[in-house]
Order: sequence, then structure tokens, then C-alpha cells
Amino acid sequence: MSNLLIRNGHLIDPAVGIDAPKDILLKDGRVSEISAPGKLKPAPDTEIIDAKGLTVAPGLIDIHVHLREPGQGYKETIASGTAAAAAGGFTSVAAMPNTVPTNDSPEITRWMQAAERGASVRVFPIGAATRALKGEILNDYAALKAAGAVAVTDDGHPILKDSIMREVLINATRCGLSVIQHAEDTRMTQGASMNAGALAFRLGLRGMPPEAEYSLVERDIRLLAELSKDKGGSGKAGARDKNGAVPHLHVAHTSTAQAVAAVRQARRNGLRVTCEVAPHHFLLTEEHVGAYNTNAKMNPPLRSAADRDAMIEGILDGVVDAIATDHAPHASHEKEVEFERAPNGITGLESALGLSLRWLHREWKLPLSRVLSLLSAQPASLLNLKGRGTLTVGSYADVVVFDPKAEWIFNAKDSKSKSRNTPFDGWTMQGKVHYTISEGRVVYRAVALKKAK
Amino acid sequence: MPVKSATVPRPSQEPSAKPALKNTRVVPVQPGTPANGAPDATTWSPGSVLSVTSLTPETVSEILTLATELEQEDPLKRAARLAKRKIALLFYESSTRTRTSFELAAKGLGADTTLVSSLSSSIEKGETLKDTGLTLRALGAEAIILRHPSSGAPWLLERETRLPVLNAGDGMHEHPSQALLDLRTMLHHLRPGTTTVAADTLTGVTVAITGDILHSRVARSNMLLLPRLGARVILCGPPPLLPELAAGLPGIEIERDFPRALAQAQIVMMLRIQAERLAGLQLDLEQYKANYQLTEALLAAHAPQAILLHPGPIIRGLELTGEVADGPQSRILEQVHNGVAIRMALVYRALTLPALPLLEKAVRA
Repeated sequence: MSNLLIRNGHLIDPAVGIDAPKDILLKDGRVSEISAPGKLKPAPDTEIIDAKGLTVAPGLIDIHVHLREPGQGYKETIASGTAAAAAGGFTSVAAMPNTVPTNDSPEITRWMQAAERGASVRVFPIGAATRALKGEILNDYAALKAAGAVAVTDDGHPILKDSIMREVLINATRCGLSVIQHAEDTRMTQGASMNAGALAFRLGLRGMPPEAEYSLVERDIRLLAELSKDKGGSGKAGARDKNGAVPHLHVAHTSTAQAVAAVRQARRNGLRVTCEVAPHHFLLTEEHVGAYNTNAKMNPPLRSAADRDAMIEGILDGVVDAIATDHAPHASHEKEVEFERAPNGITGLESALGLSLRWLHREWKLPLSRVLSLLSAQPASLLNLKGRGTLTVGSYADVVVFDPKAEWIFNAKDSKSKSRNTPFDGWTMQGKVHYTISEGRVVYRAVALKKAK
Repeated sequence: MPVKSATVPRPSQEPSAKPALKNTRVVPVQPGTPANGAPDATTWSPGSVLSVTSLTPETVSEILTLATELEQEDPLKRAARLAKRKIALLFYESSTRTRTSFELAAKGLGADTTLVSSLSSSIEKGETLKDTGLTLRALGAEAIILRHPSSGAPWLLERETRLPVLNAGDGMHEHPSQALLDLRTMLHHLRPGTTTVAADTLTGVTVAITGDILHSRVARSNMLLLPRLGARVILCGPPPLLPELAAGLPGIEIERDFPRALAQAQIVMMLRIQAERLAGLQLDLEQYKANYQLTEALLAAHAPQAILLHPGPIIRGLELTGEVADGPQSRILEQVHNGVAIRMALVYRALTLPALPLLEKAVRA
């Protein structure tokens, strides 16, 4: 494997607090050396990237994507989805198990990571918490973990029953896995296609009430609190892994003010609860449904302005641990239908960094290192992805090199994803990715730069 | 066209304070969709009528005036107006009044009409609304009149076909031609001879709409149109059929007590319970009748001067008694009659207003 020297760039590594001009040498897929500018003497066969004026940061990590393989290659493949990830600056993606068939097994988990899938970046499968995502029978978590699964979830569906959720938390914790909950009490959302409220009433659409989300988050936190208690006089066993770690609940795609508030309170109470927010939930509101735009239809739905503001507050005050896209590609024919019939979800891998920098950093003044932390160090830590999300010596050579100031227009038709279902087509982005490097290989290079060579 | 960058107020500078993000503005939406107000007011074709929210008082006046002109015109002369033009009626739900009156309206103007209904077409075989629309266009249809069970379906059809589309009822959303014919009926009684309207034409008029508001597209179109002409609209019904948040619309009030609602109204509009859209909602019909059925006694006691409207179909013995439906205050059949004139005006506009130049960036690939 050849060596790569990135020089003259400004290194930001939020995990260790580096924010300074540095040169960085990548060797055999790992970070080999970090040094003051101009100090590294490359070997003759070293490829050199001149990052003058650019920011060099750990490759981004998206812990919530739908790569649609196996089974739905017409929407996305692991190859196309990870190519989109690379174009967006991501070097690791965690793939949800709602594939066809469901990722219930070590075989599918391994299949998703096999070299034949042609992934550009590292794919971390997330196993299905229950058989066929039905919320009834638990899968074999030890086997899933041994095959490479980094967490369990029924994403797209909730784990509704208290008894099952408790069992999921206990078993996952014993195996050292996090539990990711899609918090939606589906008993309140039958036939609904947008946020409940005056606008849904006005548009004649059935609504999903915010309670459907936060009531389940609150329920999960109650279960977690019970299970996190020490083995006390009650005689009831708490859930612990072999190192004594307590259960970890991660709330996927948080969209309501009350859910963020519940997570904030649970953390104050010392529980291991984390949450993620998608760019569409910190930017858009239910108003964006507009004239029944199916690219504004997702689950959880776009909420009120107050909820949107609560997502921003949660990001700014630190209760939100990760920005995750919920990248959910759908073929054009699936979205060109009546609003109520359209599938939920939008793509997000190629717009996440641009929107985060444009809005969280520039507009709401979140420091660049914090934005990058939400997109790399923190998600790596919450799914325990060792050697990822940082550029310390010895870490994986997962790097994004980008111009943090450059503005550009996102055109859905130029997307590397197989699908085009984004509400951000034509939006101004900030922060242009020049290179994405996954385990030492350049997996994305901005087109204009290629021509200049 | 890139989206304009909206400035959302910055968080407070003090490190201890919580970010001051209250009252932030919506980040701009994609080109072609207004960020605020009526998102469904946008149309591709000026002849389309998808929502009453796109109709200004001036446009409503034009439609009312045109309806009267066409109604009074010599039938032979009228039939030359759209002679041999082609109009498709695309009906995914059953209909008596709306379908027949649109058809008679189009034929009265000389147009050829064709009816496609979901039970006798390729729709049954799984053809999408987009493909059915494109097929009708390829067959020469110059406008499509659509009834569909999904709210918002007319926007999809218009966007994909770029033909003028008349919304003949979409799901629980709107039924604009019904609101216009209701308006014509109201004006005939309250403001005889008036065919032009302004923001104050119905000032002092109270319209009480009672029944299954939640599932009613007729209620929504009336609720969105009448207050903009000065009317006060009172909604009446039990919470499962009339959620509190209905009062969030401008000019709309909720009155749960039926006699009190009647007592304030010059126009009493009754609605049917839409069994086909209840979606598992359990309703005690006897209880409902006890509280909300319109009877001769109630009408005499609380609204002796009011006129009664109902968009149909009426269910005698449920939301109103047969006596009331046939009684002297009922204008139900006059509404039906007015439907033809209003729909002639809508069909005529649909085929004669010039198409707008396409907005370059808004055109989807």
C-alpha cells in the first residue's frame, strides 16, 4: 500500500483537541506521523496532497444510513451508497438492518461487509434487534457481533413491548452492543404521513403526534433506569456487560423538543442515553411539505418550528451526540406518487457536511471543531468504533480534506447515490470536499482538481 | 435559482444563557414553494383550480360573473365556445353530483368529454396517477378534472402532466368547485344580484358548518374561502370529528353546542359522516343524532330565517331529517343546480387562460 502525505493543511482532530497547521503522513492504511508543517520527509513513492487553505479532519462517520442491500439494489447498492458517502466526506457508515431480507443473521452481516460489495468506505452493519423487525423474537446478538455488527435496532419500526425492549437492552448489554431505538408509538401513527397539527389538518393529511415519539423515548429511559441500577438489596439483577458497563440506549433521528428534553434529563440522571439529529430535522419544518412534496416526507416527519429550534438548541448545548443523515434512498417512481402513498425518507450523505457548516457553523456559530466532532469523534465513540473518528498516530487513515469556506450549489442530479430524493436540491452548501481518504486510499477526489492535475 | 439565505436569529452571546432561538424564521424552501401562508396555492397552469387558497376575490368574481354569463347564454352559441375541445374526467372515487355537473358543464360548452374511472380502466391494473395522466394527455386531453381519495393528488397530476387540472375533490383536503357553488347559492339569498365579491362582501354573515369536519373537503374549502370574503365561520361537531386545532385557521371558531351555533347563523351547512374515511374511529350514531341532527324543531327554534345547505349526498335521518331536507329553508337542490354554471366557468377558464412560461429552475428533470 502506498503512502500518502497531506501537507500544508490545517488539521482539526476534535477527539484530541488539535486545531493547528500540521502535515500528516498516512502509511499502510493508518496514520503514521503528524508533524509541524514541512517537517516530514516523504519516501520517494509517497503521493502528496497539497492541502494549502484546506482543513484536514477525521473522515466523517454517519451512524444511520440505509444502503438498501441486500434486496433493493434499484434504490441503492452498497457500492453506490458508499460512493455517495465518500463524496460527502464520510469514511464510515453504519447500515441499518431493514434490508430484504432483514439483517437478522451473521451471514447477511458478513455479506454486507464483503469485498465483493465494492464499498468505497467502511460499512458497519447494525443488526436487527428482533426477527424481521417485528418486535417479538430476539436475534442472536453474540453471533451478530462476532460477524461485525456494531449495534442492534429495529429501525423503521419501534420495539413497542416493554418486556421485549427490556430483554433487548439486557441481551445487547451483555454482548457489549448499543440499542438504537426508532421511537415511534405506531399505535398513534396509523395512516399518518406528516406531523400532526394545524397544517396537517389544513392539508387533509393524517398526522403523527409528537407524543408518538417522546412517549416511547420516555418509556425507554424508564426501562434503562431500572436496568442501570446496581444489584442492590432488591435482588433484581441490573444489566451489565462483562466489564460492568451499563446499558446504552441510542435514540435515532430525534425530532421533537420533548424527546431531546427527556434525553437531557436522563443524562443528568447519569444514564447512558445518546441521541442523533438529522440535518432535515435541524433545518426544515412541516411547512416544507408545501404542495405535497414527497421529498419532505420522512419518518419521523418534519415537525414544528419550535421542535426544529429545540434540535438546534440540543446541538448547541451538547445534548445531541451526533449528526446522522438517515440516508434513505428511494427510486423516482416511488416518490412520484400521491403524498400519502409515497415511502418515507430522503437521501442525505452528500449534503450533511455542507448543510452543517452552512447552518450550524456559519449561522448558529457552532465552532468548526464541534461540528466535526458531531460528525466524527462523537459518533465513533457512541458506537465504540475503535481507531475511527480521530487522526492520532495509529488510527485508521480515514481522512476528509475540505475547504471550509467554499460555497457551492448542491444538485441532486450530480449525486453519486442511485436515488435523487432530496429536499435540498439547489440549496447552497458550505464546505467543499476535495479528498476523502478511507484507510489510506483516496476514494473521492473533487472533479475540478482531477482536471487541474 | 439558488435558495436565498434566510437569517435565523443568532443564539445569545452570553455563554451561560440558553440559545435564543425563539421565533426563528423558516429556512427557505426549495424554489417554487412559498415558505409561508398557503403552501398549496401554487399551480403550474393559471387555468388550474386546485385549492381555493389560490383564488383572490378578483378571481372569484371573474368566475361568478362568467358563470352567470354562460348560464344565460344561448345554448347553441355557448356550445361553440369549446367546440370539439377535449376534457378528461378522471374519477378515482364515486360521485353523482360533481361528475355529472362537470360533464354537463363541459358538454354545454361544446367540449368532448371522456370519463375514466378507477373501476373500468388500467388504474385497476396498477397504473400510477402520473402514467394515467400522461396517457390522457397523449390522447389529446387539454384539461383533466380529477377526483381522488388522496389529499394533494391534483398537485401531482398537474406537475406531471402540465395540463390545467380542476380539483373535483382530493381526499380530506379540498373541493374548490363545491365552495364556489356554495358561495353562489349564499350570495343569491343574502346579496341578490351580486356576482362580484371583495374582502368585505360577506361581512356580518355567519356560516355554521356542522358534522364531520375532520374528513370533509367541502368544509375545508369553505373554511378557507369564506373568511377571506368577510364571513364568520362557526364549526360545530363532536371532538372526534372536529379537532380543536381546526380553530387555528383564520376566521374560524368552534362551537360545540349545536343550538348555539344555529342561533348565530344565517347559513346552516350540514355535512354527512364520512364512513369511508373514519379509519377505525368508533362513533355512537344515536348519541350523534341526539346532539347534532338538524330537525324542523331545532331550525324553527334557533334559525328560522337561515337557509340550509348540504353538499350531498345527504343521509336522511342521520345528519338531518327528511322534513328538513325537503323543507322551505332547504337550498340543497339549488346548490346542485348552481354547480353546472360554476363548473362551466371553471372549465372555460381552464381551456382559455394562457399557459404560463415555465419557470426554468423549477422544472424537474
